[in-house]
Amino acid sequence: MSPRPKVAFFDFTSCEGCQLTVIDSLQTHPELLEVVEIVQFREAMSEKGQDYAIAFVEGSCTRPSDEERLFAIREQADLVVALGACAHLGGVNAIRNRQELSDVRTYVYQDKAEWYETYPARPISAVVDVDFAIPGCPIDRDEFIRVVRQLLQGRTPQLPEYPVCVECKLKENVCLFLRGKTCLGPITRAGCDAICPSYGSACEGCRGLIPQPNIPSLKEVLKEHGLSMEETKALMTLFLTYQMMDSEVVDDAGI
Amino acid sequence: MPGYSRNVNVNVHHITRVEGHGNIVVDVENGELKKCELQIVETPRFFEAMLRGRPYQEASHITSRICGICAVGHATASLRATENALGVEPSEQTVLLRKLNFHGEILDSHILHVYMLVAPDFLNVGSVIPLAKDAPDVVLRALRMKKLSGDLCAVVCGRHTHPVAMEVGGFSHIPSEQDLLGLRERLVAVRADVVATVELFRSFEIPDFTRDTEYIALHKDDEYCFIDGQIHSSDGGSWPLDQYREVTNEYMVPHSTAKRTRNQRDAYMVGALARVNINYDQLHPKAKEAAEALGLKPKNTNPYMNSAAQVVEICHSIEDSIELIDALLERGLKWEEPVEPDRLSGEGVGACDVPRGTLFHNYIIEDGLITGANCIIPTGQNLGNIEADMRDLVPQILYKGQDGITHALEMLVRAYDPCISCSAHILDVKFV
Repeated sequence: MSPRPKVAFFDFTSCEGCQLTVIDSLQTHPELLEVVEIVQFREAMSEKGQDYAIAFVEGSCTRPSDEERLFAIREQADLVVALGACAHLGGVNAIRNRQELSDVRTYVYQDKAEWYETYPARPISAVVDVDFAIPGCPIDRDEFIRVVRQLLQGRTPQLPEYPVCVECKLKENVCLFLRGKTCLGPITRAGCDAICPSYGSACEGCRGLIPQPNIPSLKEVLKEHGLSMEETKALMTLFLTYQMMDSEVVDDAGI
Repeated sequence: MPGYSRNVNVNVHHITRVEGHGNIVVDVENGELKKCELQIVETPRFFEAMLRGRPYQEASHITSRICGICAVGHATASLRATENALGVEPSEQTVLLRKLNFHGEILDSHILHVYMLVAPDFLNVGSVIPLAKDAPDVVLRALRMKKLSGDLCAVVCGRHTHPVAMEVGGFSHIPSEQDLLGLRERLVAVRADVVATVELFRSFEIPDFTRDTEYIALHKDDEYCFIDGQIHSSDGGSWPLDQYREVTNEYMVPHSTAKRTRNQRDAYMVGALARVNINYDQLHPKAKEAAEALGLKPKNTNPYMNSAAQVVEICHSIEDSIELIDALLERGLKWEEPVEPDRLSGEGVGACDVPRGTLFHNYIIEDGLITGANCIIPTGQNLGNIEADMRDLVPQILYKGQDGITHALEMLVRAYDPCISCSAHILDVKFV
């Protein structure tokens, strides 16, 4: 890789909030622009260079034509990095995967539904090999900077393999379960500094599952705290629909 | 005439420095405009379908993901729709905090737009990045102002993209008085940057193009309205929020297949320029001074002046944020449990004037679950008006040649600050 590698940003089905978070991270880390050359970033610049070595991809793959773009990006880039929950997990886009596709299409587009190319939402790793995923909805600024730094140093970045609860405890928050609320902190990968529980709001699992999550146990806890089966399903399928539908935990969790 | 083109074929694939994916297609044959379209090629999003069957508490968390730039706006409109459906009346403190939070979003979005997306056109660069070398003070000022806006939202709701602490009936976390005092100090200090921003935009040569249209915005008599209010038109007329469909009148056009809106004319405009045109009297006096300096008087019919109107609103939001913080501190902040709904079924409309214009969320809730949803997004409402501007503008600038016309049209689309990922889920898109 050249001393100042060329990087490009691409977006698929998403809100572009992760790319905005990248722009925001430049407020505190302007030095990033001295160590990489951004050759493509449609949301922020008009220039379009095709000779990038690192591709950051935001968004889910939701239609056949997305696959062609993804293949082209994979062919050009030495490193493909999934940016945020939509690219990493399918994110909220995958909520509709649990519904009948034809029904989803006609509900929004009525008799014109056929005009729109679409199929169930998938993370980009379902289409191309992904070298690394930066989780979160949106990504965490500090984690983004750290991962980029490590990638530029030729290292493989590591993500925490412990749950959000660890970070929440370190912040000395009162556990939401003790405040009569519920939370997916016990099964969700840390790295966000437990931002949602710190602001009194349940972890919704946007960073994906930890390795070997004990979902049956969490389900029991949620039930003890008064959550119905339907409410548990809703909580576990905000960001985790694709992971839940795609893994063996589906049977365990009955979701 | 030098450069005059009788045949022009503009085909801008994926307009840059806008949010989302759009194309401009213009075809002029023998001096006659044959085709003039702003095509939306963003993927369909299906948020309305995804909301069905979800608990009402999740709606604002899901819909903030419609857009990273107007996440707080979507969350606020969503909460108001739910609260109206379930008869929830938020407390005075909640209302004040939501207004303060909303200014954070207006500031964040407008600063991003005017400095990073629009200013490069006037400074003849392709993006803000080369400016870091040529005009570091401008870039540092933009970053400083943008950081303050983001920090404002972080103090109130955890973060701007995507808000954490906003709930039906209130907040799950409130800021400390120290946090608000710290913000206040920075808001006062940033006034100098606002003055410099007005000066910068005064120095730009705004394209001279006017076309009268209908302007639509939310309105309240006693404040410059961003949340709730009534729907007002510059052509006259006022509608309560739950009659939004009478104003938006979604329809199809054969030539572009995009779902558009119209009220009393063929198209209308929403956004900062529409708000300043309708709510000029309610602007903060300092914002009125900025408007005067920028030559912006109601009713202004130059769509390129939308960016100037955003600068005026930056000024207003800074000043009003300071006043809101003073009001909150004077009352004293206290922890309040969010107001619980007294029923779990109903229908409600929520509306906000988000950075790009009027946003409507409309939900039907049955036994705590959402069974029907409709969201009408500002960019969808502006599309018909942008095309009407393009049709008017192109014949006036044929002398500019292909590149000049392309540049003028890209600047026009950018002036509207379109948010295409937002609008795609309601637009009908034909892939060409």
